[in-house]
Order: sequence, then structure tokens, then C-alpha cells
Amino acid sequence: MASIDIKNLKKAYGTFSVLHGIDLLIKDGEFIVLVGPSGCGKSTLLRMIAGLEDVSEGEIQIDGLRVNERHPKDRDIAMVFQSYALYPHMTVAENMSYSLRLRRAAKETTARAVSAASQKLGLDPFLERRPKALSGGQRQRVAMGRAIVRQPKAFLFDEPLSNLDARLREQMRAEIKKMHADLKATSIYVTHDQIEAMTLADRIVAMHGGVVQQVGSPLELYDRPANLFVAGFIGSPGMNFLEGRAEDGGLRLRDGSLVVLGALSKDLKGQEVTVGVRPEHVVLHHEGEGMSARVDLIEPTGFGIIVHLQLNGLPIKVFTLDRSALSCGPNIGVTLPAEHLHLFDAQGIRQGA
Amino acid sequence: MSVAATRGAPYHRKPWLKRMADSSEPYLYSAPALILIVVVMLVPLVLGISYAFRDIQLLNPFSGGYIGLEHFRALGQDDAFYRALKNTLWWTGASVLLQFVFGLILALLLDRPFWGRGVVQALVFLPWAVPSFLAGLNWAWLFNPVIGPLPHWFFALGLMDEPGNLLSDPRYAMWGPIIANVWWGIPFFAITLLAALQAIPRDLYEAASIDGANWFQRFSSITLPFLAPTIAITVLLRTVWISNFADLIVVMTGGGPADRTQIVASYIFTQAFKRLDFGYASAIALVLLGLLMIYSMLIILLRQSLINKD
Amino acid sequence: MRSSLLPTVAHRLAIFAYIIFALFPLFWLLKVSVTPNDLLYSEGVRLWPSQTTFEHYADVLRHSAFPTFFKNSVIVSGSTAIVVTICASLSGYALSRFSFRTKYWIIALMLLTQMFPLVMLVAPIFKILSPLGLTNSLTGLVIVYSAFNVPFATFLMQSFFDGIPKDLEEAAMIDGATRFVAFRQIILPLTLPGIAATLGFVFTAAWSELLFALMLINGNDAATFPVGLLTFVSKFSVDFGQMMAAGILALIPAGFFFLLIQRYLVQGLTAGAVKG
Repeated sequence: MASIDIKNLKKAYGTFSVLHGIDLLIKDGEFIVLVGPSGCGKSTLLRMIAGLEDVSEGEIQIDGLRVNERHPKDRDIAMVFQSYALYPHMTVAENMSYSLRLRRAAKETTARAVSAASQKLGLDPFLERRPKALSGGQRQRVAMGRAIVRQPKAFLFDEPLSNLDARLREQMRAEIKKMHADLKATSIYVTHDQIEAMTLADRIVAMHGGVVQQVGSPLELYDRPANLFVAGFIGSPGMNFLEGRAEDGGLRLRDGSLVVLGALSKDLKGQEVTVGVRPEHVVLHHEGEGMSARVDLIEPTGFGIIVHLQLNGLPIKVFTLDRSALSCGPNIGVTLPAEHLHLFDAQGIRQGA
Repeated sequence: MSVAATRGAPYHRKPWLKRMADSSEPYLYSAPALILIVVVMLVPLVLGISYAFRDIQLLNPFSGGYIGLEHFRALGQDDAFYRALKNTLWWTGASVLLQFVFGLILALLLDRPFWGRGVVQALVFLPWAVPSFLAGLNWAWLFNPVIGPLPHWFFALGLMDEPGNLLSDPRYAMWGPIIANVWWGIPFFAITLLAALQAIPRDLYEAASIDGANWFQRFSSITLPFLAPTIAITVLLRTVWISNFADLIVVMTGGGPADRTQIVASYIFTQAFKRLDFGYASAIALVLLGLLMIYSMLIILLRQSLINKD
Repeated sequence: MRSSLLPTVAHRLAIFAYIIFALFPLFWLLKVSVTPNDLLYSEGVRLWPSQTTFEHYADVLRHSAFPTFFKNSVIVSGSTAIVVTICASLSGYALSRFSFRTKYWIIALMLLTQMFPLVMLVAPIFKILSPLGLTNSLTGLVIVYSAFNVPFATFLMQSFFDGIPKDLEEAAMIDGATRFVAFRQIILPLTLPGIAATLGFVFTAAWSELLFALMLINGNDAATFPVGLLTFVSKFSVDFGQMMAAGILALIPAGFFFLLIQRYLVQGLTAGAVKG
């Protein structure tokens, strides 16, 4: 196992810049999730670590050794591809043992490693099958098996679950987490799915536009997003944002109305700010209490209810477990509790605690 | 790119070595093919172009000197060349048009599933596997009244006054190689167009059917637009190829009777092979190459302007 | 689907007409080749002779140089097919997987070779090969045919490689293979249909080539089938039975390869034509 140190890493295709200087230290045994919308550079970063893309500028170190110039085969890392990239002309067993055979490992070692991995992943009945004869979930397992057989310095995952249906994805997510708890292997996992990011990561690296937006534990990112991008990206349904000018009693919206928010930080008074609040933190009341909002739409999810409101013309989503919300009238009372507000300045940077 | 990379990496450990190995990789892979092409095609091409300005006769040891544009001047007064040029237009135009029309119809017929399609496909594509010289001989025999049935059939249908050989009739001789060429070339168009047809998403047709489009409307609004790029490129390539394609004519008529079937490509071959006048042959070839280049440019420009209009 | 009878009948009739048109000339070749000489003229337009014979085949095989021509053609076409397929696999892979500065120049060069009249090369190639002792030699023919066929074969192989996901060799390289090992162990086995198609294409093309064989070869020893047949035709132009028997023999290898690859034809040309 190994640590991975990324220093001021840049990638450009001609004049088109994809990564603008990434710094990241990944500790030995850590599970890191790179998350962001498509085109944010997360896959490029992963492929650079794997050695599949050249480094334009900066440095990648594995276990303190610079690997920029190393061929992927000499980096001792394993990767699980989105497409699984199983070799169609090889059986499951051959797929899993390919890396060891390339290394000319002893036959018994190889056999032992393959059978250990296949046992762990429940692949024993399929060892002699070709990938074509496997279901999506089984192929996914073979791809994982191929990675763990080698006991590499690090595992790289490139959106490994996005080709599976929802139920399988949930199941495999749990298995990956179990596997990591088992092997304690340094892992870098790329996804655009924030649930995967939240559930799997020791630390999440949120990326946008080729720049790291925030690095931290899942709950840190959820509770204290560093900027508007992270605040909006993490959480589903997404955070509500109100833009306006900070005043004594609350927030003066563009249309001149005042949203009562309790105390905003004194030094922001008079400035353009954005206030964010998560849907589950908005409190609903009977009409007449708090601010009055119009009910646009009610979406029951079974687990809870998402209520879409209009507050002074601004759309607000509310998540509640209270089923009485299903039968609420055309108007409803709303408060935004001060302790759950996130405050961002005009540049979108988090203010205060 | 390499400039930026060199500036940015402070700790060099022979990265240039890797970079050089990496950037030479594609060349290593393409080297065998490239060497073959350069040595056997590009160098001779350049030589051939130079021959056009030299007096090169294989049997004349005193030939070989530069004579400037002499060949081209001679060419300008060579009536046989002009006739060959006219014949080339006729040969190419008729062959491509007929191959395309019949190839398209065949592709449309085969695009529909039916019992035994695999076998039928193999059978109708078979002419394409017939070596071109054999196709030529085969059709020459079919046109031969001694051995072939066609003259007798033509006679019976009243198309001919007597069962004679089409290939020796100066008025119609060109149709012989053209028919052989159509027979031989239909499969190429059919295969290419069938491939393109099968790439058209089926649900488009279903959507159009639901919208009430009849067969002809579906053909003109879905099939043709989808095929258009393939048709354009195939017709272009085939036109060039067929105007260079002398095998059938050399085998079937040798350019006769009275040069009525002599096309430029077979004329070049006659000059080089029979008269061993390589210089003159190269000059003709150069003119043909120039004409084909102009033709291709025109087609590409036309296509470009059509695309821009959309 | 509406299934009315009339279009179906028309469709089958049209198909039938195409089959007749495609096969009739070959059928005639076969018919004459098995017609005894004395019936050749008296039963000239009959669809099948009242008596059949294989004596023409026996004559061709025993008393002519055709076995030599056949052997020469097999050697030339086979070697050409192998050389071209190897070169084209490598170069097709390069075009499919790498983006490098001169790539478009290479493609342009290959396209150019498809454009100009090959007859133009007859004289220079003769001049180049003759001091090397490669005229009147099968090796010379193999070299020339290989060069002629490499460009198209490269595009063909490229289209097959394009159909194989890049992920596969990336996975192999991460598994510890060099690019070349990944190419050989992972990519090539998956391109077997493409390789078969290319082999067949090139074999057929080399088998059919006439002009350069005529130009570069004289004498029977190194003559290929097309040259032999043409010489035979111009010398003994009355012995139709033997000529057509020889023609049928010439058709066999090409037909065999065609049947082998025809499954991949549509697939192979799709990619080439549609992307081109």
C-alpha cells in the first residue's frame, strides 16, 4: 500500500487547459472520492495517476517516488473501468490472472490469488465462463477481482458502478466499502454520484472546472460547504439559495421584499450575499406563522415528502418526514432557522462558521 | 505542448527519453507500411513524373535525355489520345451510373429480412470475387458468337441483324466492357450501401411510419439523406478507380476495334507495354492524374458547399 | 407490419433476377468447360450439353503450364496477403490509436496512392526492379503487390481497430503489459475477423492482378495465373474448353476466400465507407 502525492498537477491539450494545478496528498490506506459534474477533470486526474495520460506540468509521487515518466505497467496500480474492460476472449479466471501471468508469477501463487479473490467476490461458479456470459453485476465483480488479485499499491475506480441498475449499484457500493475495510488499500474513486461519494469516502475531493473546490470528510462537505459550488453539488434535493443584500432584519431580495432570517454576520451588512439552506432544515408551519409561501408542487417519495414552494417569488424546496404536509393548502408558513443557514459572499465563498 | 511540459517539470529524470520513446511509437507501428508505400509507390511516382519530361524507350539505349515538354506537345496533337479521353468519359460515366443504380437497388432488396438472405447475399456478391481478367475473358466469351449465347439471343430478339460479335462492332463495342464492368462492380456498391443502410437506426422508420409516411416518403426523407455521405464518397472513389481500370478493356478488346474502346488507362498501357515508350506513357498518365485530381477537387468543393448550405 | 402479397412477390422476383444475372456468366464458364469438343459448336446455345466430360480439366492439368501458373499465383497471393496483413495491422493500429503530428499526412499519402493511375508506375518500377534482379521474379511481384494493397488494407484494419474499445489495452497496460504486448495479446485476438477479411481481400486482389504481372514477368516460369491464361488465350484461342476449364480453376481460390470472408464484408466496409 502506498501514499500518493500530487503536486501542482496541470493538464492541457494544446492550448485547452483541463486541470489547473491540483494539489492533493492521499494517505496510505485512505479512500478518496473525486466527485464533480462531467467535464470537471476528475477522470483526467485519475487517468494521469494511472499513467494513461501524460502530465503537462507538476508531479505525481507514489510512495515518495516521482512516477511522471513511468509507464502504467510500472506504477503497480490497479484500475476498475466504467466499461469493466474485461478481455472478451479470456475466461473469468484468465481475466483475473492476466496481470500475474504477465509478471510471470509462479503457477501456484497465481492460482491461490485467483481462488482467494473469486471466493471473496462469489465468482467461483463462473471462473471458466467468458465475460459475455455474465450479467452486469458479475462482470463488475470480475473487474474488481482482477484488481485485487494483484495486491497493488493503489486501486483506481473510474465510475465503476454507473453501468449498473439502481439496486445493484447499492449492493456493489456496500461491497466496495466492505472490501476497502478488509484490504485497507489506498483507493481513488471517481464518480459523479454524490451518494457514492458520501457513503464511500474517507475524504471527498469536490472538483469543478479543473480546480479542486474542497477537500474534506463527507460530513464536512455536507455541513460546511466551502463555496456555492460544493453547497449546490452535494445533497439531494439540492440546497436552496436566496440572493440579496444583507440587512439588519434579514435578506433584502432583488424585488425589494425582506426575508426574515434573524442575525446575519455584522461585517456583511450592505453586501450582496447568497444564503443557503438545506431542504430538510426548512421548517413548515400552518399558514399565518413565519413567512408566507405559496405551495407549487408536492412530491411524495415514500420515505419523505418534497414540497416545492414560492417564497417571495423564489423557488424553495422543503424536505419533510411529516405526512400532514401532503394535505397542506395553497399557502403555508415557513421559517429558515438561523443555526442552519449557510452564508456565501458575492464571490460564492463561505462566510462565518 | 512539449515546451510547457519542459518548463513545468522541475525534477528531470530523463523525461526526454520517455518522451522520445512515446512519440516515436506510432512511427514504429506504421514504419513497415510506410516504407513499402514510399519505396514502391512514391519514389516510382516521382520518377514517373520525371519520365514524362524525358525520352525513355526501353529498347533504345540512346534514349533517356530530357526533352522538356516535347511529349505534351505531341500529346496535344495526338488524335488517338483525344479519342481515348472521350471514350474514358463514356466508359466511366456509364459504368459508374449503372453500377450505382443497380447496386443501390440490390442493397435495398437485401436490406429487408427474408428467408435465405445469407445465401442470396453470398451468391449475388460472388462476381466481385471473380478476378477481373477472368471476368473480362468470361464476358468476351459470352459475346463470342462461336461459343457464347448472347449474340444468338440478341439476334432472336431482333437487336442484331445476324449473330455477330458485339466486341468487333465499332458502334457498340464499348458496351461489352461496360456490361462486364457493371456485372463485376455491382457487388461493391451493393456491399457499401448495404452497410450504410444497416447503420440507419430502425426506430426512425418506425417513427416515420407512425407519422404516416409511405414507402417513398420514408425513402426520400430518411434513407437518402443517411446514405448521401456514403454515396458521395463511394461514387467519387469509384469514378477515379474505374477511369484508371484498364484490365477489362485490355483483356476483352485490347482497345479495338479501331480504337473504339481505347480509354486513357489502356492507351497508357499500350504505349508502355506494346511500344515500350515509357516517356510518352508517363506523360499521358500525368495528364490523366491531373484530370482526376481536378475532378476530385471539384467534387469535394461541391460537397463542401452543399454541407455549408445546410 | 402490413404484409401484402404483391411487394413480396416483386421483391423475390427482383432478387431472383439478380441471382441469374450474377451467376449466369459463371454457369456458362462451367458449362463450356465440361462440354466435349465435338458438341461445342453443334450445341452452342444449349443450356447444358447432352454429354459432359472432364477431359479439358485433365488436359489443362497434365499438358499445360497451368499447374506452374497456379503454384506461382498461390505463392505470390499468399505471401502478399500475409505481408500486407502484418503491415496493415501495425499501421492500422497506429492510425486508430495514436494521434501524432504527421498522422494526417500519412492518411493523405495513402489516399493519394488510391487516386493515381497505377499504370503510371509500370515503367519506373520496371526500371527500379530490373537492376535488383527482381523482374521476372515472384519476390518482385510480392513486393509490388504488397505496396499496392497496403493502403486500403490499412484503412480496413483501422476500421476494425476503431471498433475495439480503447479501455481494453489501457486495462492491459495497467495490468502490466507494454503497449505492444497489449496489442498482441489483447487487441489482435479480438480483430481476427478483420484479419481474415484483410487476408481474403488482399489474396483476391493479388490473385487478379494482371497489368504488372504482364509487365514484370516474361516466360512461363514465373508467370502467374492471369498472365498464363492470357497467353494461352492469345496463342490457342480456339481451344475454348481448355481455356474455360483453366478459368474455373482460377476462380476456385478466389471463390474460396470470398466465401470465407463474405460474412465480414459488410461489417468491414461499413466502417471504412461510412467514416471515410
